[in-house]
Amino acid sequence: MRSRLALRALALGYLALLLVVPVGVVFRRAFADGVGPVWDAVTTPEALHALWLTCLMVLVAVPLNTVFGVLCALVIVRQRFRGRALLNALVDLPFAVSPVVVGLALVLVYGRTGWFGGWLADQGVQVIFSPLGMILATMFVSLPFVAREVVPVLREVGTEQEQAAETLGASSLQTFVRITLPAIRWGVAYGVVLTTARALGEFGAVSVVSGKIAGRTETLTLLVEDRFQGFDLRGAYAASIVLAVLALGTLLAMNLIGPKGERG
Amino acid sequence: MAYVSLVALVPLAAVVARSTDGGLDGFWRSVANDQALASLRITLVASLIVVAINALTGTLVAWVLVRDEFRGKGIVNSLIDLPFALPTIVAGLTLLALYGPKSPVGIDLAFSRAAIVLALLFVTLPFVVRAVQPVLLELDREMEEAAESLGARRRTVFRRIILPNLAPAILAGSGLGFARAVGEFGSLVLITGNIPFKTEVASVFIFSQVESDNVTGAAAVSVVLLLVSLGLLLAIGALSRRVGRHEV
Repeated sequence: MRSRLALRALALGYLALLLVVPVGVVFRRAFADGVGPVWDAVTTPEALHALWLTCLMVLVAVPLNTVFGVLCALVIVRQRFRGRALLNALVDLPFAVSPVVVGLALVLVYGRTGWFGGWLADQGVQVIFSPLGMILATMFVSLPFVAREVVPVLREVGTEQEQAAETLGASSLQTFVRITLPAIRWGVAYGVVLTTARALGEFGAVSVVSGKIAGRTETLTLLVEDRFQGFDLRGAYAASIVLAVLALGTLLAMNLIGPKGERG
Repeated sequence: MAYVSLVALVPLAAVVARSTDGGLDGFWRSVANDQALASLRITLVASLIVVAINALTGTLVAWVLVRDEFRGKGIVNSLIDLPFALPTIVAGLTLLALYGPKSPVGIDLAFSRAAIVLALLFVTLPFVVRAVQPVLLELDREMEEAAESLGARRRTVFRRIILPNLAPAILAGSGLGFARAVGEFGSLVLITGNIPFKTEVASVFIFSQVESDNVTGAAAVSVVLLLVSLGLLLAIGALSRRVGRHEV
């Protein structure tokens, strides 16, 4: 009994020192002078633009990666073809790549001297140092989440119901909308939450391609760094609070959806 | 397939191509210079330390969450995912607030190597816990009870029964954590101070090379990082396949 209490104290103490107390300190520091200054710091034009840009990242990257993730999971689980294992491995690739490397890769392809950069510049399209490149970076790093969550659910569900629907004359679109989609919906939802969390919080990849032009290509995470480096500690804490609140929201969503998703 | 290629493969191919711009000689010169090597060494050593600590604490936390009962366990359980949800730059700032220059508890780790380990511990916390937890839940208590009824002490039961069952999960979780630690950037920028030869990790080194327009050098170090984490992911894949067959 005593050893059990000791283990519990050890585990909880570790979590408290690593997670809970630091986050608590940031909140206390940010609100040291009340809510007013925090509100002012997060409603400057720069901060509002950063918030909008962060939302834009999420709004573009999440739907695209969701559609891709579901398709990809369907292909991986339901089709037999050469290179299936390869596709399976490729989907996980973004997990293995440092965000900074992702940013560098995009610069090399779409930058001024990159593979497509010159041609795109001639067409009047600027990718690097513009929101477009940042969206690409966000898509890259949040690519695997939906597929990863949907693949096991799809395996679990099996094909019996789909086959039944098809023998009853349903078209493949109907089968997908009426049978497959409802079966995997929790897996998809959980994947979407994870994708959103990653898209909201991405820093490394975005910071390489953004050029950090305040009020133009600065997301919330970049704003935090910018303010911190500019010795605007209060402002950095305030912007962090916004991100932390968004993160806590995602965490809540994870917990509401997670267990059901696992049950399939 | 086309989408993966477009979003992920083509850019990565560009990195590999660019890294050998100056031929293999140029690649070697970029990687083998002192600062690049130092950053790679710091990254690997810190990641290994972090993985070792995580294997221990992760298993401990998973154990407490599965086998122990106490008020608020649900909340603690959901807190584990916080490092996945919290943006890394905020994680760095957060740790700096408590363990930095103006620390309310008087511990100043900023700009030291310990800070690297601390930040990496934060961002990789969930991997081992989340890998071990489901296995521990499924684990049959009967084996342990049988061993105990045959007179095995608790330590023996843990070493001979529980640990072998958890080992694959601990390894898999550690591997994922290691891959993450090797590439980590956001949480490290603020707290490590990025001092070359002391606290500059590989990802920060790559970033500074890009900023100073030495793209080829950045690409070369990137390729080394890519190889390390790819090799690791493949190893985990092989390992989990072997374990999977074992169970069947």
